[in-house]
Amino acid sequence: MTHADHETEHHAHDHQHAEVSEPQQPSYYDMLETAIRELLIERKYFGADEIRRQIEVLDSRTPALGAKVVARAWVDPGFRKRLLANGRTACEQDFGISFYDDTELIVLENTDKVHNLIVCTLCSCYPRPVLGLPPDWYKLKPYRARAVSEPRKVLAEFGTIIPDDVEVRVSDSTAVVRYLVLPKRPEGTENFTEDELAGLVTRDTMIGVVEPKLEIRSAEG
Amino acid sequence: MTPRSSSDLTHIVTAFGEKPNFKIGDEVRVADRSPIGHYRVPRYLRRKHGRIEAVIEPAFVDNEEEGFGRNAGSRRHYYRVAFQMTELWPGYDGSPKDGLRIEVFETWLERVCP
Repeated sequence: MTHADHETEHHAHDHQHAEVSEPQQPSYYDMLETAIRELLIERKYFGADEIRRQIEVLDSRTPALGAKVVARAWVDPGFRKRLLANGRTACEQDFGISFYDDTELIVLENTDKVHNLIVCTLCSCYPRPVLGLPPDWYKLKPYRARAVSEPRKVLAEFGTIIPDDVEVRVSDSTAVVRYLVLPKRPEGTENFTEDELAGLVTRDTMIGVVEPKLEIRSAEG
Repeated sequence: MTPRSSSDLTHIVTAFGEKPNFKIGDEVRVADRSPIGHYRVPRYLRRKHGRIEAVIEPAFVDNEEEGFGRNAGSRRHYYRVAFQMTELWPGYDGSPKDGLRIEVFETWLERVCP
């Protein structure tokens, strides 16, 4: 079949797709998880539907929620004050974001004097109620070890250079508290609507590895 | 014996652990312990000096005990503790202003007397 044929026939599906499969053996921990899950269901500690429901809860949480919270804090000084005083109650009351894991939320404000970065050295604590699942690198040991011991080098690898007269403040999440970084509102956004502002707030800006930008600069410049 | 005033009768005595042991600004040292099993204090903090930045309310069950299904009576406070990076890492390569914040359960903190 020529390339052109392939294009025209693409929707006819007369060709073979690679089988979607998991050719490798499940790992030790995959099997352990399956065994424990099946035992717990068998003993009626919870049902399969409750697991499915919890996956739906997690899927409903994405960085878009956190971005709305940040944009609101940028335009509404009253909300910003309440958010910094108690992140959890502000998110619950103004956005209906539930804290299903019973964690507290401390919102860390970036200023001209302080740049905040979040990490969980022990495992993968993350503000899941407002951001959803963490990126893979956040859970891996290089980031977890280096974010607390050489944060400026880690930041530089994300393209973020923090001047020496600005404090880099790392918050290590270990038990009952989760952190969300409130980044600085970029200059030149005075006429932006709240929705447009939320569009500038990415997951990584709320972890603190980058700052929100109006445009991404390419290597040329 | 002097008679008690009515305010004495309403004096509330709190149980151990109910009120936070430390307050904002207190100097503390993280205990040097190596428990076997579940713990929530990263190793790099052992014996390091810090300062209480905030008391985290409400009091929580000790996560380390809860990990083994024991939680009765272990409710105490977590504290947001501030450390200088130069205290944590000798030869820290960065601004001396840089710092770390972490929540530590009361049972891990020792008072540092000035």
